Amino acid sequence: MSASVQSLVSQPYKYGFTTDIEADVIPRGLSEDVVRLISAKKNEPEFMLEFRLKAYRKWLTMAEPVWPNVSYPPIDYQNIIYYSAPKVKEKKGSLDEVDPTLLETFEKLGIPLSEQKRLANVAVDAIFDSVSVATTFKEKLAEVGVIFCSISEAIHEHPDLVEKYLGSVVPIGDNYFAALNSAVFSDGSFVYIPKDTVCPMDLSTYFRINNGDSGQFERTLIVAESSSSVTYLEGCTAPMYDSNQLHAAIVELVALDDATINYSTVQNWYAGDENGKGGIYNFVTKRGLCAGKRSKISWTQVETGSAITWKYPSCVLVGEGSVGEFYSVALTNNLQQADTGTKMVHVGKNTKSTIVSKGISAAKSKNSYRGLVKIGPKADGARNYSQCDSMLIGDTSSANTFPYIQVQNSTAQVEHEASTSKIGEDQLFYFAQRGISPEDAVSMIISGFCRDVFNKLPMEFAAEADKLLALKLENSVG
Amino acid sequence: MINEHSEIILSVKNLHANVDGTEILKGLNLEVRAGEIHAIMGLNGSGKSTFSKVLAGHPDYEVTAGDVVFKSENILNLEPHERATAGVFLAFQYPLEIPGVSNRDFLRVAYNAHRKARGEEEIDVFDFDDLLDERLSVVKMDASFLDRSVNEGFSGGEKKRNEILQMALLEPALAILDETDSGLDIDALKIVANGVNQLITPDNAVVLITHYQRLLDYIVPDYVHVMAEGRIITTGGKELALELESRGYEWILAEHRAEAVA
Repeated sequence: MSASVQSLVSQPYKYGFTTDIEADVIPRGLSEDVVRLISAKKNEPEFMLEFRLKAYRKWLTMAEPVWPNVSYPPIDYQNIIYYSAPKVKEKKGSLDEVDPTLLETFEKLGIPLSEQKRLANVAVDAIFDSVSVATTFKEKLAEVGVIFCSISEAIHEHPDLVEKYLGSVVPIGDNYFAALNSAVFSDGSFVYIPKDTVCPMDLSTYFRINNGDSGQFERTLIVAESSSSVTYLEGCTAPMYDSNQLHAAIVELVALDDATINYSTVQNWYAGDENGKGGIYNFVTKRGLCAGKRSKISWTQVETGSAITWKYPSCVLVGEGSVGEFYSVALTNNLQQADTGTKMVHVGKNTKSTIVSKGISAAKSKNSYRGLVKIGPKADGARNYSQCDSMLIGDTSSANTFPYIQVQNSTAQVEHEASTSKIGEDQLFYFAQRGISPEDAVSMIISGFCRDVFNKLPMEFAAEADKLLALKLENSVG
Repeated sequence: MINEHSEIILSVKNLHANVDGTEILKGLNLEVRAGEIHAIMGLNGSGKSTFSKVLAGHPDYEVTAGDVVFKSENILNLEPHERATAGVFLAFQYPLEIPGVSNRDFLRVAYNAHRKARGEEEIDVFDFDDLLDERLSVVKMDASFLDRSVNEGFSGGEKKRNEILQMALLEPALAILDETDSGLDIDALKIVANGVNQLITPDNAVVLITHYQRLLDYIVPDYVHVMAEGRIITTGGKELALELESRGYEWILAEHRAEAVA
């Protein structure tokens, strides 16, 4: 790739600062004792300890997956800290009692939590090193029966719901990283939308990794009862470290009859430097269960960060007439590697799914779409439409598409379209010859390329996503 | 129209340029004044297209010697987009397709880039649409082209008309048309030529790069230059093109070789 295109896609990471805060940290390494210790620290009921131990024992029998199109040195699981929480002197009753250092950190990230400044129409659960530090608008949401709190709190306050749904979509032994998460997860968000309720505001979790040696294992569970709906947004950033941090999260969604869940992610974990040093290993399992009739789960993701991304937000379409959607933009630069896509598993009759994936690869990065469309024997009239487009910037990056299609019902309709395009010198020269600078040209091409996905993002995120991609691709030096 | 006293728009002196280490332009000289139409003709490989790309600043070409002065400013150190906003326009032989970017957005951003370079505010979106409507008529283009991606799925003729539409909108002081006639049927050729003729004023200039006399029936040049081996070897009036059409290039190249020996 020529120097001019190369310089366009280099942009410093602006969330790379570290917060100096005293933390409650346990020693490195993983054992049954560590699992018990985490559970004890969180003062969990017996069923949670059992859940964790079962997962840990399962994990011991499993092996790390080798099929993704990514490569990295072996992870030493005994060299990771599995619990790190910012110290709190007393139990916090309100936001005013949250450590000001933490409030400041989130403010710096553009997520003000204090009463006066917080976002007007979005309730935020702020998670710092896998521990929820504050949840805004909790009381207001409770008025309509919506539960929005950290998963730790839910385990204590709503154990019946947690016990019923935790692990019901992603079983503890689902995959290697899911088993690990189930054993050691420290915190995350819990959402419960009662019957016939439209959640009055968007809900959002903001994940922040701070500690350089600790793994990050969040757990999110969202349950939407019959005829309810919710829009959920997720954002993530991390400091710049030379070492790699493991992030193995699980998100489980359950939608009952006529319920709708829209789940959007803007992922901007630290991606490592231009030589591939440092960055987050983002090995995440996200799955939604459309359990009820005519239920709908929609995943929208904008993936720009992480050294390695391994994630496939999926939908299991059980309820008759249920709908699954996946809209994704994945941008990789420098030596980033992404193996991402979705799984649409059609179980029930007349289920429908849509997949729109846009991969952008620059510099020496590797960007793969991997998707499974499976139509089960009972899924009469099931339909899927998939569209996978790749864009290469320069000529040293790579893009791959791995579609898997399994159809066991002759009445199903499955469509798959794929394209690859390239932003080359000649295209940029054409823009330049009309007076358009290379920075503006790249951002026009990219935003045109991503439009189908950005249109699906909630307003607050669409602007952020556009800005983020522009930032990632703009030349700051000129 | 020749006017000895009009402003010099372009002055090229002893221009040498390489691509991948091979010298393509070998001491090219050309002067273009406001109001003039110049045609550059020559065989394949004579350096005509290279010359147009070097003027526009294509990054694949390296200028090793000479000067290019555009309206009293040396433009060799300007970035391609700065040359464009200064008033150098190149109609591409093969216009590029830009999937996902609508023609309307592309034209608006380009137009605003030119305004910004002149220190003017961005144009109001509605005013721009009015302006665009008016300019569409220059090339008899349907407004439906505006909402399609730039050049994507356009026929050869539509792409060339789109180039002239851009020229009509950006109103460059110097327009270089690189084989705009290639691949056009006679109707499309007439529309394109008619569009260009409407855009010519006493204040701007046009350089036509072409293989064939055909285009020059419709856009009548003041000067015809013959290029060979990276230089302009002969300059004449419009009759020269007719002579080339009937006699071919060999005689003129032979004369040139003879002169070089003598």
